[in-house]
Amino acid sequence: MLAIDGTFLDFKQLDLLALRQTPVHRLDPRAKVLTTFCFIVCVVSFDRYQISAMLPFMIYPAVLMAVGDLPFGYILRKIMIVIPFALLIGLFNPVFDRQVLMQIGSLDIWGGWISCLSILIRAILTASAAIILVAITGFPAICEALEKLKMPQTFAVQLLFLYRYIFVLTDEGVRTARARQLRTFGNRGLGIRHFGSLVGHLLLRTWERAERIHMAMLARGFAGEVHSSRRPSHFGRTEVFFMAGWITLFILLRLFNAPQFLGGLFTGTMP
Amino acid sequence: MSHHIVHVKNLQHVYPDETVALRDVSFLIHHGESVGIIGANGAGKSTLLLHLIGYLSATSGEIVIGDDRLSKETLPEIRRTVGMVFQDPEDQLFMPTVFDDVAFGPLNLGLAADEIEIRVAEALERVGALDLRDKPPYHLSGGEKKRVAIATVLSMLPEILVLDEPTNGLDPQARRQLIALLQAFHHTRIVTSHDLDMILELCDRTIVLHEGKVMADGPTLEIFNNDELLKTCRLEKPFAMQSCPVCSPDKQTSPKQSPLVAPHSGKPHDHHHDH
Amino acid sequence: MHMADALVSPAVGGAFWAAAAGTIAYCSARVRKDLDDRKVPLMGVLGAFVFAAQMINFTIPATGSSGHLGGGLLLAILLGPSAAYLTIASVLMIQALFFADGGLLALGCNIFNLGVFPAFIAYPLIYKKLVGSDPRQSRMVAASIIAAVVALQFGSLGVVLQTVLSGVSALPFDTFLLLMQPIHLGIGVVEGVVTALVVSFIYQARPEILESALQQKPLGDLPIKSLLATFLVATLLIGGVLSWFVSENPDGLEWSIAKITGTPELPEAEHREHQRLAKLQEETALLPDYAIPAEEGEAPSAATERMGTSLSGLLGGAITLVVCSLVGVFLKRRRSAQRKEA
Repeated sequence: MLAIDGTFLDFKQLDLLALRQTPVHRLDPRAKVLTTFCFIVCVVSFDRYQISAMLPFMIYPAVLMAVGDLPFGYILRKIMIVIPFALLIGLFNPVFDRQVLMQIGSLDIWGGWISCLSILIRAILTASAAIILVAITGFPAICEALEKLKMPQTFAVQLLFLYRYIFVLTDEGVRTARARQLRTFGNRGLGIRHFGSLVGHLLLRTWERAERIHMAMLARGFAGEVHSSRRPSHFGRTEVFFMAGWITLFILLRLFNAPQFLGGLFTGTMP
Repeated sequence: MSHHIVHVKNLQHVYPDETVALRDVSFLIHHGESVGIIGANGAGKSTLLLHLIGYLSATSGEIVIGDDRLSKETLPEIRRTVGMVFQDPEDQLFMPTVFDDVAFGPLNLGLAADEIEIRVAEALERVGALDLRDKPPYHLSGGEKKRVAIATVLSMLPEILVLDEPTNGLDPQARRQLIALLQAFHHTRIVTSHDLDMILELCDRTIVLHEGKVMADGPTLEIFNNDELLKTCRLEKPFAMQSCPVCSPDKQTSPKQSPLVAPHSGKPHDHHHDH
Repeated sequence: MHMADALVSPAVGGAFWAAAAGTIAYCSARVRKDLDDRKVPLMGVLGAFVFAAQMINFTIPATGSSGHLGGGLLLAILLGPSAAYLTIASVLMIQALFFADGGLLALGCNIFNLGVFPAFIAYPLIYKKLVGSDPRQSRMVAASIIAAVVALQFGSLGVVLQTVLSGVSALPFDTFLLLMQPIHLGIGVVEGVVTALVVSFIYQARPEILESALQQKPLGDLPIKSLLATFLVATLLIGGVLSWFVSENPDGLEWSIAKITGTPELPEAEHREHQRLAKLQEETALLPDYAIPAEEGEAPSAATERMGTSLSGLLGGAITLVVCSLVGVFLKRRRSAQRKEA
């Protein structure tokens, strides 16, 4: 009855990872956000049958994980979540795309399988970029960077509030659902009527909580606008080098198929 | 001299559905006093507190805090003067990090960035939470959350501290820390609580509310020795006083038991001395 | 259903990101002007509520399968269009960032599909019109169901169009459409019923929550006609931009259209196709020991050449992966060494 549940709580770890002090952590968040954005755009812009050309992009997550001191196993677990979703979509391709694009021995490989694999690699690359970005920056800093990059402040405040209360609300939701579960014998699923009242109660409590938060805000002088204290951030030479270096690399990798070139060196055939 | 007094005069509050929450409540609290407000659930304690910070408007009666009569114009100043700590710290820590929460008040006051740094540091120092500065609120323990919640109010430099059920949900050690912390403050303190032992330790004066009315207003010890009053208001003596041979002689098994052997810790019978 | 990064092309993704972001800016400005400052904590906490509610599954009667609350329409009913849109956008953004629920490129599409349709079409034009100022239970249930069905039909149509225009997936248009629309009809009914149940619960427990929302003028002083006109223009614009992109890359759309219509390909086209496929093969080959069936009349050396090139692609790929891992490990070792010194 409860989806996700345990994996959810694992996400609290990401904030703690973001508090570490490594060279990449200390970079201005804007540089990290923009570089990751370019990374994702480049990866996603490959056409559907590309595989080998995308592989070098692995270097970005690899380097960030290493320099950022991120626990490999933890990040890997988070990325694994992507795979079922990607497969769910990618597996349609072999069904519809049966053009034989290559053969291994006597086995015909359909285009559909190639594009499916491409989808999988794409998903892994973009998911790792996103998770690692949060792990080395922290969600509040990302929101602040986006704000400085012209995202409306109202929306930034909304993102921060939402993020703040997700764990509180999901804890409440889990407790409510579990309490109800303990009173059903025989493993009957939750019917719609009961769902309505369970969620209705949760909604009421949520509304009351919002009122209390509002009270607390007013008591501390809130008058409609949430002022944020700007974290000291400096966009300097390190940031420029970081961005220029990585983005140049991404563009090069996007335009030239490095694996092909490398392989060519070894097999003696140049494209 | 109206040096930050809290003067509630004939306060009446009637809810939209006609229930009377507060009936003709009046009291005067002087600067530096430590006052407890006790009563059964639904007696009107929380409603009264919400009036003190100007969240609710009275059906009739008025509140004067310091030199200002509570009204729409004086609201901002009153909200700076009266710092309220709510029951659930979860509702009070709504910003991404501890620093942001403690800085929220000063930012709303329009202070400059370096002044804010100082205020936050001092507030966190006072509650012993300086090392929690950059942590997100959901990584704090219950006691830590409570202390940070108090810091969020202290950073506005209030004259009057109002606390709604401060020991609620705290483990014994966190509770002890909190009481020690509150005892060290020199602000005027108004505390509502079901934790009558804390009221005994912290507050010289107690106001008893029952069904929206002030049933008693006087020295804490006197109130807690008034069995009749306590019973009517659905209260009882603090645990510390319950098995005390002097306070509750009828509860003792042997009348020959030495009154100096106090079953509760601390100095024996110090709650009989005048403060 | 969510759009996924896997299905969307940069052009389509980018266009809808622009649309979604523009709407975020517009709604942010509207919410700022709103005098009710309760909205700030309310939007955040209700967003978290939607998150929590989506975790709780219920069984759909008569099918036995499980469903969950989408929440878009419910948010619109509780908050009004602009605030609801921002809330939905924020929930989707966090889902995309942390749970890979679709992807960051497709986020714009998702925010558009799941935000615009419930908040700006279904709620003001259908729910509010039907409920009017008389929120009786029967009316709310009917209005919820119809509004939810409409919102979800639009939403799934959006997904289909975005997918097809992207040309990444191999799913043909008609199959996809016939798959999506009926399923979302069912999902819409369920969503409507569940939303109605929750709304009636609230109405009985604390009617004032809904009353203030009902009295709001959802679209402000904007006349409906100009809103629809804007919508139409936006659609044409997006369509125009996308067709331009598509015409640059005839392969994808042509190919899928050919599949749908079953037009026999012309011989020249076939030849072109073959060459193109062969070239693709060079770039994507990963495995050794394969052979491209030589085209008629082609010299065997050409085939060997192509084979060699593809082999290099494979080898290069393997080398790349090894290099990346080595770099990562090396840097990590250096970090640990640095830390030990410190």
